[in-house]
Amino acid sequence: MTTTQAPPRVSGDGPGRGRRGRPHRLPGVGAGEKAIGLINGGFLVLWGLITALPLLWAILSSFKTNGEFRVDPLGLPSGVQWDNFSRAWSAANIGQYFLNSVIVVSMSVTLTMLFGAMGAYVLARYDFPGNRFVYYLFVGGLILPLFLALVPMFFIVRNTGNLPVIGQFLGLNSYVSLALVYVAFSMPFTVFFLTAFFRTLPNSIAEAGIMDGCSHFSLFWKVMLPMARPGMISLALFNFLGHWNQYVLPLVIMQDGDKRVLAQGLGTLAANTGFRADWTALFAGLVIALLPVLIVYILFQKQVQAGLTAGVLK
Amino acid sequence: MNMRHGKYPFILAFLLPPVGIYAIYMLSPYVQAIYISMTDWSGLTAAQTFIGFDNYVEMWNDDQLRKALWNNLILVLVVPVLTLLLGLFFASMLNVGGRSRGGAVTGVRGSSIYKIVYFFPQVLSVAIIGIVFKYVFAPENAGGILNRVFGAIGLDGLQRLWLAEPNYLIWIIVLVMTWSFVGFYVVLFSAAMQSIPRDIYEAALLDGSSRLTTFRKITVPLVWDTVQVGWVYMAIQAMDGFATVHIMLGINGGVEGAGDVLGVAMYREAFAESDFGYAAAIGVLTLVLALAVAMVFMRGLRRERVELA
Repeated sequence: MTTTQAPPRVSGDGPGRGRRGRPHRLPGVGAGEKAIGLINGGFLVLWGLITALPLLWAILSSFKTNGEFRVDPLGLPSGVQWDNFSRAWSAANIGQYFLNSVIVVSMSVTLTMLFGAMGAYVLARYDFPGNRFVYYLFVGGLILPLFLALVPMFFIVRNTGNLPVIGQFLGLNSYVSLALVYVAFSMPFTVFFLTAFFRTLPNSIAEAGIMDGCSHFSLFWKVMLPMARPGMISLALFNFLGHWNQYVLPLVIMQDGDKRVLAQGLGTLAANTGFRADWTALFAGLVIALLPVLIVYILFQKQVQAGLTAGVLK
Repeated sequence: MNMRHGKYPFILAFLLPPVGIYAIYMLSPYVQAIYISMTDWSGLTAAQTFIGFDNYVEMWNDDQLRKALWNNLILVLVVPVLTLLLGLFFASMLNVGGRSRGGAVTGVRGSSIYKIVYFFPQVLSVAIIGIVFKYVFAPENAGGILNRVFGAIGLDGLQRLWLAEPNYLIWIIVLVMTWSFVGFYVVLFSAAMQSIPRDIYEAALLDGSSRLTTFRKITVPLVWDTVQVGWVYMAIQAMDGFATVHIMLGINGGVEGAGDVLGVAMYREAFAESDFGYAAAIGVLTLVLALAVAMVFMRGLRRERVELA
């Protein structure tokens, strides 16, 4: 911490060494405190700038012409070059990647939430032999590093392509395969979080449901699931962001150019941009990829922060 | 629950889909990885010979892998420390840094806006972060805004070809990862600091404690539990670094492979060099490292809990 001058100290058993002979002056009101406050404020603003400026720069770059970008990368764009966005969308294939991401993520988030809720509900509210075993099987997955699984996963996914009947929907370069892999890798945290959540729901309502003659299934579907809504929402946001931004799993599974998802496609585009000398289309693609996340973040700012940090605290 | 009728079919039906997908796509790869790491499998043909621990011996003698391991250790040690210090510093300023007229401890004005801005990198794809910073550190004639900024404020002497200098590479990765993590921990620690009763701070103020003393003796001990959990989580996150390195430095880990990390080395061995056996062995090494890091970090930070009455 930067302090320009130490605030006066007042100890209990002697006269404090306050400035200008005023031993009992409270810190927080003098000129020195004001200076410290300003310096602290300066650090806060500085970090804000360090965080925001690279991103603002990327957004501004997407409005420029390639000439402007090369000659004056720090300057403001002279106008908005919408053509950058259409080049990114079609020539650089970002439109296709965007569509791929939407297809995969809508499947994977739906299935993660559905299967995660089903598993967590049963584990949280039913006693049966092996309950603890299945629970720890899921939760144990939290500490396994993704990289260890990568190589065999590639072959498992490739081999599912040879299965009779369903094989044509699976295998490498398949939306369904990638979505299922996302579901699998999201299960540990989803089950862990939702189990804790279902446990907190009151028994009395479940019992009332039973008295009304609910079946196991309708008790879950009509009573418990609606009550778990707040937990489901923050977890769905968490999974949406994780799946939308995933980079390494699609790199392994979607090797065919037309099946790439957004983050992965942008990475490839960035690697080729130097040769194509089309920087502004890259940044336009980046903005296209950033928009859905930005919208979700602005709309659900509180839930996103709570949902993501809850992951650490639970 | 006292509905005996149809209980087990229901449990089975609800557990089968999640357990099935999890077992096929996540658990079984982990089990197979250990076997594959003891073969010489190229991945291109079905032929795989069991070669025992040969891949592990090869890892021991592989200088590039040693470089990658060393870089991972730098990431695991430096990124959490930097992130933790910056996170605690900004969080304490946002939440208890303000002093109102009456001498009461308050948050800084506009703290929620700071939190929104700081947190934003956390929701961004690492791919986007990698691309943006590739241009931040690029040469001046290729976008390189850092060099431009140095030029504009008269610090031409600091201009470098950042990504062409082997010694800088891993430290650039450290900076980029720290940049993207700090906001998350500011929000996390803020939540913990919000729950510290204000009157503790007021009592400290009356005693004439300086900001630094207040920070060291009150704020830090009272959020220590959160710090501890965050620390382990951060170390596991910092172990990765795959996407940042892969995008900013490429599949070979940059100039002379100086920015290589284990994840990239593993990906390269498998999908560029077609040596899946060796790649799987590197994967096992990441598991060992992850377990070791989790254990060390959890032990190293055990400290007396401060109970608030």
